Amino acid sequence: MKADFRNSPAIDQVGIEERVARFNTRSLKKQTKVDGLKLALSMIDLTTLEGKDTEGKVKQMCNKAMHPYDEIPGLPTVAAVCVYPKYVETAKRVLEGSGVKVASVATAFPSGNSTLEIKISDTHYAVDHGADEVDMVISRGEFLKGNYNFVHDEIAEIKAACGKARLKVILETGELSTLDNVRKASDIAILAGADFIKTSTGKIQPAATMPVTLVMLEAIKDHYLKTGIMIGMKPAGGISTAKNALQYLVMVYETLGPKWMTNEWFRFGASSLANDIILQLAKERKGVYFSKDYISID
Amino acid sequence: MEKEFTWDYAPAPEAKDHAKIKKQYDLFINGEWVKPSTKKYFNTINPATEEKISEVAEANEKDVDLAVKAARNAYEKTWKKMPAKERGKYIFRIARMIQERSRELAVIETLNGGKSIRESRDFDVPTAANHFFYYAGWADKLEYAFPNRNPKSLGVAAQIIPWNFPLLMAAWKIAPALATGNTVVLKPAEATPLTALKLAEIIQDCDLPPGVVNIITGFGKTGAAMVNHPDVNKIAFTGSTDVGKIIQKSIAGTNKKATLELGGKAANIIFEDAPINQAVEGIVNGIFFNQGHVCCAGSRLFVQESVAEEVIQKLKARMETLIVGDPMDKNTDIGAINSKEQLLKINEYLKIGADEGLEMFQTSCTLPSKGFFCKPTLFIGAAQSNRVVTEEIFGPVLTIQTFRTIEEVIEKANNIPYGLSAGVWTDKGSKIFNLTSKMRAGVVWANTYNKFDPTSPFGGYKESGFGREGGLHGLMPYLSF
Repeated sequence: MKADFRNSPAIDQVGIEERVARFNTRSLKKQTKVDGLKLALSMIDLTTLEGKDTEGKVKQMCNKAMHPYDEIPGLPTVAAVCVYPKYVETAKRVLEGSGVKVASVATAFPSGNSTLEIKISDTHYAVDHGADEVDMVISRGEFLKGNYNFVHDEIAEIKAACGKARLKVILETGELSTLDNVRKASDIAILAGADFIKTSTGKIQPAATMPVTLVMLEAIKDHYLKTGIMIGMKPAGGISTAKNALQYLVMVYETLGPKWMTNEWFRFGASSLANDIILQLAKERKGVYFSKDYISID
Repeated sequence: MEKEFTWDYAPAPEAKDHAKIKKQYDLFINGEWVKPSTKKYFNTINPATEEKISEVAEANEKDVDLAVKAARNAYEKTWKKMPAKERGKYIFRIARMIQERSRELAVIETLNGGKSIRESRDFDVPTAANHFFYYAGWADKLEYAFPNRNPKSLGVAAQIIPWNFPLLMAAWKIAPALATGNTVVLKPAEATPLTALKLAEIIQDCDLPPGVVNIITGFGKTGAAMVNHPDVNKIAFTGSTDVGKIIQKSIAGTNKKATLELGGKAANIIFEDAPINQAVEGIVNGIFFNQGHVCCAGSRLFVQESVAEEVIQKLKARMETLIVGDPMDKNTDIGAINSKEQLLKINEYLKIGADEGLEMFQTSCTLPSKGFFCKPTLFIGAAQSNRVVTEEIFGPVLTIQTFRTIEEVIEKANNIPYGLSAGVWTDKGSKIFNLTSKMRAGVVWANTYNKFDPTSPFGGYKESGFGREGGLHGLMPYLSF
């Protein structure tokens, strides 16, 4: 397919916001709600990306990833943990055999302001230590300068460096300013070989929002309609309540359809979301809420 | 790969126990509930279940005369003389009471009319309250609205409203009439009288002086008696073009002022540079809002040929996600057709379209076994010469035509006896202004559809009627200068 980045379709912001408001009026109850919550839990990339991260912190989080809340039998594990390259090895060792994947940010996360050599070696480091997935950032400065070919080629280089690991491309939509830019960046990432497109690093506000996510889902849909190729989606940052997670799932379900309703194709990048989902699931079982002290906080 | 995830939203029905509906409704005349002189009552039903909800009185000429006399009396003795600021207070009070009882009104609107609870809750009731709020503010500012023109009220307004937005249309009619100092005799449609009667209760609770607003129920004959009553100064009618023509004939040679808001067959125009995904949403909102029972519905879709295939593919996919069924379920997008009569009319048009050889697409939803329902429908490959394109269907049926140039689409969009509304979708501002200045339609929406606001005038060209409702313009038909 010809890559002409000037031809990304226009986005009408008012229309996007209206559509989002409609998703949020869906009323999910009973089994529908329970199914949705369990699915959301299984889609979480449990994340720690702090300057103060240590092996100890990563190990504890990995344990939480495998055992979100054992008192409810049959709960899924989360999809993956997301850590800095330095902690990939630790995470891989703890999670061995659990089915929980290890995702690593790379490419001079979160700013991306480094050279291509460093970004590629960053990626190699993560993959060589066992990362199943790589979360890269795009060069927003080059994008805003209109240097779309640079952004495209850089993603393609990182994709090549990933080998078998799946590549998630972080657009950092909070820095892109308009929904038209979000759409254009999504199209560039998809054409350059992204397996997933992801909203944010979590370091810039606003992080994931529903309007931004909807624009990206539409880019995925349009690509699928043209080529039959599925691309995954990961909103990250700012999704902390079970209710909000369900609203995202409604949006995915009604925009992309049931094929995307699996952690193969949709993820939440979040740290505190898991516990709110657990609280809601426990409430559906017991009929009452209980103290958050009953749920582990790792 | 695992089994595909299926996610049927569990029923989320709105409770109806808080909606108080009487077993029988009389006529609301002179601030009291009066038995009809016909002694006759007719049933009003829930179109989603075909069950009877209540029965309402049928008014004849005698009752109409009584109501007009009450309105005249209230006009001369109280309302006309009251300081405008005081009149405004009453209208504000009505607006607040509608807000307070919004949940009950929404439930009754849905039970009686078949529209989804989401729409009556999020659109009909709040917009009705807003209309009263807006016109309440004008009541004591008419001198500023029309400086040096000495605006004066007319007297008694006879108002006849349709079944598609019963409460909202009552608000559109009553609010400007009261703000300008007129008194009112209002008749809701025979299919959907309950929210107007509920509004009568609200008006009673507001202590509005007796006779300022009278609400009577009945069929077309009752409406005719209102139009022909010699002591009426103003007719305000929203409904079909056929009835509009009858009204105009019968008031010819009289001094009665009139506004008629009649049918429509709006063009919704998608250019190749439009935000296509949002345009698809706009098409859906344009035609499937309120089951297509909207006079300004975007029922004729024009798509530029270069994007026609993409738009139709996406539209079909989007339509499959529409939930059709129980209007009381909060997840329902498309509720019940308003009446059996209307469903028969829509089905007749579906047959006409199929007989004309058009490609018909209907979504794969299953319709409830009871009640009046219709699947969202497309007629693809339509032309100006098709009957489904030229005649108003007033249901969830969209015709799709393609075009090549802007001149062509303007010509085709205007080539219809109606002229109420239109929609245009393009990312280019200059194209919007070029097109909107040439469209012979009262309302043109750009990159959106079916947006209403009390501050914005609404009304038609040609056979879609005359006179404006809403905004500053909406005051004029109720004033003489």
